[in-house]
Amino acid sequence: MRDKMITAEEAAAMIKDGSTVMVGGFMSNGTPEILMDALVARNAKDLTVICNDGGTGPSFDENGNETKAATGNGKLIQNHCVKKLIATHIGLNKQVAEQMNSGQLEVELVPQGSMAEKIRAGGAGLGGVLTPTGVGTDVAEGKETLNINGKDYLLEMPLHADFAVLRGNIVDKKGNVYYHNTTKNFQTVMATAADTVIVAAEKIVEVGELDPNYVMTPYIFVDYIVGGEK
Amino acid sequence: MASVKEIIAHRVAQELEDGYVVNLGIGLPTMVANYVPEGIDISLQSENGIIGMGGTSEPGKEDKDTINSGAVHVDVIPGAAFFDSATSFGIIRGGHVDMTVLGALQVDAEGNLASHIIPGKMVPGMGGAMDLVVGAKKVIIAMTHTNKGAVKIFNKISLPATALKCVDMIVTEMGVIEVTPEGLELKELAPGVSVEDIQAVTEPKLIVKGTPKTMVMPPEA
Repeated sequence: MRDKMITAEEAAAMIKDGSTVMVGGFMSNGTPEILMDALVARNAKDLTVICNDGGTGPSFDENGNETKAATGNGKLIQNHCVKKLIATHIGLNKQVAEQMNSGQLEVELVPQGSMAEKIRAGGAGLGGVLTPTGVGTDVAEGKETLNINGKDYLLEMPLHADFAVLRGNIVDKKGNVYYHNTTKNFQTVMATAADTVIVAAEKIVEVGELDPNYVMTPYIFVDYIVGGEK
Repeated sequence: MASVKEIIAHRVAQELEDGYVVNLGIGLPTMVANYVPEGIDISLQSENGIIGMGGTSEPGKEDKDTINSGAVHVDVIPGAAFFDSATSFGIIRGGHVDMTVLGALQVDAEGNLASHIIPGKMVPGMGGAMDLVVGAKKVIIAMTHTNKGAVKIFNKISLPATALKCVDMIVTEMGVIEVTPEGLELKELAPGVSVEDIQAVTEPKLIVKGTPKTMVMPPEA
């Protein structure tokens, strides 16, 4: 069995500047914070990030002192690691709008259900998905609309990434992953749709200790495991 | 006296039926859960991956791995289920949600909805809204009738559409309006509101068949 254990620093070094990275989590719920921290620490640049949202931004008092730290993808945004963000919602992180308006950050907004299916398609060998969501709206611009049995659908193309960075609650040393409660979100599909998948684990267990029935991402999708996630 | 938001949320709750799977938007729509009629059992869905969502977690009792779609820590009811986003939006888009309730910036006579963007001003992203209004069997807009006096119900929306022809019903503090193929039909009026009052702050000509019913109000506390 190949040893999949690496450090957060090794993971961040692997994710070269300019990479496309899927970041698991929904409003940072399920985001691997130690990998966010490691990417910030190595001053990553020009990433294209695919994430449900912009994480949460930092808060400041009237003197400009940080009173609350950014979380999740918000850390990458705050430290200008991101060149382009593909997300469904950015309303809870002001810094996304600021960087977008000043031209530092390109943002592509995707309906949440379409985001899930585009990623799923990317990992499942599908050429695209047909969805009624977005028909007749700005989302349809530049996309093909097909009429099937009398109903209009948008052709949404697959999303694929160089890396997926995920957070698992329990990960065995082979790479099987269990995600607790609402932290499953986009992580299960992201694990299938990136060339290299890195999971930060809260708890690492020996092979055989994780009941196969509770495996939500099978080990074949996981390339590296980082311990020490909280 | 109930607040405007309470009046709207209470009236929307009267649309709930036993067994409904319901997705409530952030803000006023969330308050609908406070008025579920007695004897009605509903399942609340949260698009980040819950069926059987409960209320906001008590301070100190939050589970770090459990939030709702508004990033608030919530409890779940016995028998709840968690799932990933692909499954969640399969539920939403696949017609397995009976009713969704959300706010709006603009609604029009055809049931077109603008709720997610004011170009140049407010660009939060559509999140799950576009999927919800396309996929839910019944779409109810719960909103104040005007924005500080400015009309929100138009002949034609001018902001970018969230979805076309998706709204079934509009509930405001002034009344209840149904979207029909003929246009907007005024079904109910709040106590003390006349047809002329509500028409004055509604751009399309409201269809009135007979006398609109009186909108039910929350019981006095």
